[in-house]
Amino acid sequence: MGTRVIFKNKALPYLLLVPQISIVLIFFIWPGIEAVVLSFFREDAFGLSREFVGLYNFTTLFADPVYLHSFIVTIVFSFWVMLLAMTLALYLAIMADRAIRGSEFYTTMIIWPYAVAPVVSGVMWMFLFNPTVGIVSYFLEQAGYQWNHTLNGSQALLLVIVAASWKQISYNFLFFLAGLQNIPESLLESAAMDGARPFTRFWKIIFPLLSPTTFFLVVMNVMYAFFQTFGIIHQVTRGGPNQATNTLVYKVYSDGFVGLNLGSSSAQSVVLMALVIVLTVIQFRFLERRVEY
Amino acid sequence: MKRFALIVGLVLITAALVFASGGGEQPAPAPSTQEAPTAASAPVTIQWWHAMGGRLGEKVQAIAKGFNESQSNYIVEPVYKGNYAETMTSGIAAFRAGNPPHIIQIYEVGTATMMAAEKAIVPVYKLMEQTGEPFDPNDYIPTVTGYYTTADGKMLSLPFNSSTPVLYFNKDAFRKAGLDPNKPPKTWPEVADYSRKLVAAGYSGFSTAWISWIQLENFSAWHNVPLASEANGFQGLDAVLEYNSPLHVRHIKALSDWQKEKIFVYGGRTNVGNALFSSEKVAMYTESSAGYAGFKANAKFEFGTSMLPYWPDVKGAPQNTIIGGASLWVMAGHTDAEYKAVARFFSYLSSPEVQADWHQFSGYLPITKAAYQLTKDQGFYDKNPDLETALKQMTLNPPNENTRGVRLGNFPQIREINYDELEAIFDGQKTAKQGLDSAVSRGNALLREFEKANK
Repeated sequence: MGTRVIFKNKALPYLLLVPQISIVLIFFIWPGIEAVVLSFFREDAFGLSREFVGLYNFTTLFADPVYLHSFIVTIVFSFWVMLLAMTLALYLAIMADRAIRGSEFYTTMIIWPYAVAPVVSGVMWMFLFNPTVGIVSYFLEQAGYQWNHTLNGSQALLLVIVAASWKQISYNFLFFLAGLQNIPESLLESAAMDGARPFTRFWKIIFPLLSPTTFFLVVMNVMYAFFQTFGIIHQVTRGGPNQATNTLVYKVYSDGFVGLNLGSSSAQSVVLMALVIVLTVIQFRFLERRVEY
Repeated sequence: MKRFALIVGLVLITAALVFASGGGEQPAPAPSTQEAPTAASAPVTIQWWHAMGGRLGEKVQAIAKGFNESQSNYIVEPVYKGNYAETMTSGIAAFRAGNPPHIIQIYEVGTATMMAAEKAIVPVYKLMEQTGEPFDPNDYIPTVTGYYTTADGKMLSLPFNSSTPVLYFNKDAFRKAGLDPNKPPKTWPEVADYSRKLVAAGYSGFSTAWISWIQLENFSAWHNVPLASEANGFQGLDAVLEYNSPLHVRHIKALSDWQKEKIFVYGGRTNVGNALFSSEKVAMYTESSAGYAGFKANAKFEFGTSMLPYWPDVKGAPQNTIIGGASLWVMAGHTDAEYKAVARFFSYLSSPEVQADWHQFSGYLPITKAAYQLTKDQGFYDKNPDLETALKQMTLNPPNENTRGVRLGNFPQIREINYDELEAIFDGQKTAKQGLDSAVSRGNALLREFEKANK
C-alpha cells in the first residue's frame, strides 16, 4: 500500500491540506449547499424577493412531461455514448497493441481528439453535417438519404451521440492500451499453445483481466456523457429539435442561465446530484463484485 | 481495494457537487467603479456592459471614444460581456453582489424581467427627469421605442440596436424562373405562386430565420392580432398567450403543408438557416434587417429586400412590424454624478449624427426621427434602397396595442418552446393546431410562474 510518510509536526499536514480543502469548500461544497437551499425557494432573477415554497419546485418538475422526457433522452444518450466510445476504443487499443511498426504513431493519432475542446469539436461536427453546406450531408443526399437533423429528432440524437463518443474514444483508448500492456505475454502464449483461438483468448483471458479498467471506464464514461457533453450539444443542436437532444444537464443550463428560473434549475441540479450518488453506489455495490482487481 | 472504490466515490460526489453548484454560481464581480473622484475636477467614469462582438464591438468602442473625446467630465468604459444571455446573467450576478454596472445592454426578450425588477433599475424617463437632462420622447420613432415604453408612454430603457424582419429575395433566381426581379411577392399566396416557379427552376421556395420572432411574433403584429392578452403583456403580468388562434394555425399549417412542394423549407433555430439563402438553395428568406451586411458579404448573386408577406384577406394587414435586438438599461445603486454622466451619454447616443452613423454602419434601425431624416438627406437610401425597407415597414402605421411589442416574462424560454412545437409540426409529429395549442399551454405555465415570482 505504499510507504507511509510520518510528519513530526502534528499541525503541518493539516496546514498543507488547507489550500485544497478551502478550494473544495468554496467552489464545490458551498455552491452545492446554495443550490440545495435555492431549490426550496421561488425567487425572481435579481433576488429581490424570495419565497419559501417547500417541495414545489420538485413536484412541478416531476409533473412536467418535458422533464421526464429529458430523463429518457439522457439515459439513451449516455448508454450509447458509453457503449460506442468503449467498444471502439477497445478495438483500437487491441489493434494498436498488436501493431509491430508505427504503434506510437497510431497511439498519438488516436489520442489527438482528446485535446480538442468540446465546443470546437461541436463546431466541426456541425459543419460536417450541416443540412445545407455540410459535406457528409451532401454525400448522404447524393446517396438518396435525406439528412436534416434540425428537424429529425432521431438524426439529431444520433449525431450528438457520435460526436460525443468520438471525443471520448481517445480517453478510453489510453486506459485500455495501458491495461492491455499490463497483461503478461506469457499467459497469452501458453493459452495459444493450449490451442485457444484468438477470440477465446480475448474472451477468457484479456477481457477478464481488463475488467478493472473496464469498470473504471464505465463509471467515467457515464459521468462524461452526463456532465461533460454540454459543449457538444450546445454547438450542434441546442437541445432540439423538439427536445430530442435536451439532456438533463443542458436543461439545467437553459432553465437557469437563459431562463433565469433559479428555483427550478437548482431543483434539477439537486436531482442530478442525487442521481449520480445513487448510480455510483449501485455501480460499486453490484458491478464491483464481478470485477477482478 | 476498498480504497480505490472510496476514492472514485469521492471524486464522483465532488463532481456532482460541482455540477449542482451550477444554479447558484455567480460570475466574479467586475472591479468596482464606485471610487469617489479624487479631486473635484476628476472625470466621472461609468461602465457600459454590452454584448456586441466583432465589428459591432469595435463600433461600440468607437462610440464611447467619440463621447469621451467630446467632453472632459465623463468617461464611458464599454466592457464586452459575451452574448446576450451571458451579459444579462453577468449583470444580474453583479447586482446581487452589490456591484452592478451603470449601463447594461439587454436583449428584447429580457425586457419583462428587467422591468419587473423595479428596485434594480432606473427607468430612462426618470433618469432624464432627475438629472435635468433635456429629453423629449416624441423625438424617437414610436415603433422602435414602443417596445421599451410603458403602456402610458414612459420610456424605460433606451433602444440601442433594433432591427425588424424583412423578406430577402434572390433577383438572379427570379430571372431564371421567369419572374420580375423588381416585383417581389407581397402576400403569402403570391409567395406560394412564386415559389412553384422557382422550384421548377431548380430552387426551393423560401425559408426563415428566427421562426418564433418572425412567423409568430411579427406575424401577429403585421396582421394586427394579439400575440398575448393584456396588450401583449404591456398591461399586466396576468397575460395569456393567444397565438393558437385560427389565423396563426392557418399560417403555420400553410408553412407545414408547403414543405411537400418545397415551397417552404425549415432551416433550423436562430438564423442558422441563413446558409440556405446565401448558398442559393432557397430563393426567398425572411430574416432580420440587420442581416443585410452579412448577405452582402456572402452572396454571389444580386438580391433585394421587401416588406414581409401577409394574408390579403385579413382585415388590418399589413399593420406594422415589431423590433428585435437590445436596449440599454440603467441599473440602480449609483451616485447622482454618475447618473448625470449616464444621462449625458444617452443624449449623445441619441444625437442624429451618432444614430445615423450607427444605422448606416450596422443596418440596425435609427432610434430618432431626426436620424432617419438625416440619413435620407445624406442620400444614403438612394444608394442603398434595400436598407430603407425595414423603416418603411416599421413606420407604415402608428403602433397599437397589438403591435407595440411583446412584454412577457420567461420569454426566452417561451421562444424555445415555440421552436420545439414548430419543429414537431414541421416533422409531422403534430398538426399545426396541436402544436400551437401545446406551445400556448406550456408557455402559459411559464407566464404563471413569472407572475408568482414577481408579485
